[in-house]
Amino acid sequence: MKRRIVTGWFVSALFCFGLAVPLPAAQLTVAVTNLTNGIYFTPLLITAHDNATHLFQGGAPATANLRLVAECGDLSGLVSDLGGEDADTVADPAGGVLAPGATAVAGIDTTSTGNTRLSLAAMLLPTNDGFVGLDSLEIPGTPGTYVFYLNGYDAGTEANSELLDTSGCSPGMPGIPAAPGGDGGTGGSGVASADSNTAVHVHRGTLGDTDPAAGTSDLDSRIHRWLNPVARVVVTAQ
Amino acid sequence: MKGRTRIQSMGVAIMLSALVALNGCDSGDDVVMPPAQEATYAVAITNLTGSQPLSPLGAVVHNSGYAGWEIGISASSGLERLAEGGDPAVFLAEAAGNADVLVTGTGGGIIGPGATDNVEFTTVPTQGLRLTCATMLVNTNDAFTGISGLIIGDLAVGERKRIYALPYDAGTEGNTETASTIPGPAGGGEGYIAERLDRDFVSVHSGVVTRDDGLVTSVLDESHRFLSPVAEIVVTRIR
Repeated sequence: MKRRIVTGWFVSALFCFGLAVPLPAAQLTVAVTNLTNGIYFTPLLITAHDNATHLFQGGAPATANLRLVAECGDLSGLVSDLGGEDADTVADPAGGVLAPGATAVAGIDTTSTGNTRLSLAAMLLPTNDGFVGLDSLEIPGTPGTYVFYLNGYDAGTEANSELLDTSGCSPGMPGIPAAPGGDGGTGGSGVASADSNTAVHVHRGTLGDTDPAAGTSDLDSRIHRWLNPVARVVVTAQ
Repeated sequence: MKGRTRIQSMGVAIMLSALVALNGCDSGDDVVMPPAQEATYAVAITNLTGSQPLSPLGAVVHNSGYAGWEIGISASSGLERLAEGGDPAVFLAEAAGNADVLVTGTGGGIIGPGATDNVEFTTVPTQGLRLTCATMLVNTNDAFTGISGLIIGDLAVGERKRIYALPYDAGTEGNTETASTIPGPAGGGEGYIAERLDRDFVSVHSGVVTRDDGLVTSVLDESHRFLSPVAEIVVTRIR
């Protein structure tokens, strides 16, 4: 008892003199809400990691495994990069796609890893290579509830043709693999050729058109556009 | 939390009654009134859009048991009326019926692009005191902006919070952009209709398409487009 009190004073003193940085909270609840009106998120990857790790960085080319997420919604490569699912790496907390307006909740526990950063990624559907991302948020050191808003990014790895091709998906294969809302079109002539910025960048949004059987895009301009932010993240630190 | 708030309110009520009683039978002894615990908040909203007038602001000061809207959840009838027709009356009446709402108020009128409107509130602050406010982007079917449950109870006198507000879609009316459905000056059409003709949940707005971008039935032109944010809202505790 006495010893605890002494320790408490010692820690307080350190804080007072600014010699210690508060350790990040070990137990987090991460709630991700899809804020869009008509865009779905593929299964989310939510992970805590060290300060040298990045799932992506704006201005840097996408890794092969981020490309797999952004073009196909496939988390397996990034999960493998992170050493598999564990107490602070959660894949697919929603059990499938996250519909507009829906929320996925994941518990992240860094007790055994001491990881200090939080990242997140999932593909935006229907897009060619759009994704919602969070790059290396510093995990809060003080218990509380923290709210963050996330942008939609373009992986820079595939032309934004806006043409649906549901025959399958592999990196480098052109086309949008799915429109989960069942509201995609056909017969488009193609919107854009290769990206001029081939690094990860803020997505410029989709164009779409109002002709489900022709036009330039297989997307619907009244449904498949969005403005940032596309997601809200509420981190509750214990 | 709710229970505690009520108890505190009752405590204040009892204390005030006691003071009134003391004053009532005051026979010359000095009864020192405690200083009033009220705080005054000034809300300034600036329209940051290019060509979207904002309807008169509806504002609500409340504790944690009230929410004007939530993402992914169906809009209330009052929010639907505000977002489709620009009238905050029912939105505010709904709020006034909630036990956790302390004050409601309306702004000074239409807020044009670039213009600022100011509203002030005086109330007894609690630590968790919150502000919710909403206003329609009138050259749309059912877009609105505002803030939901911003905590203002932690502001000291002279402190302020600044929010860049997002455009939201009430989800209660399809974004047809036809003249008959746009109540603002671009359309001159009907505002509120009771039917729910869209996905029926609140989301962040995806923007207007406009006829200049291929929606041939739209009465809007490229000037009516907007990006986030659409308004700046500054809340200052002035007393």
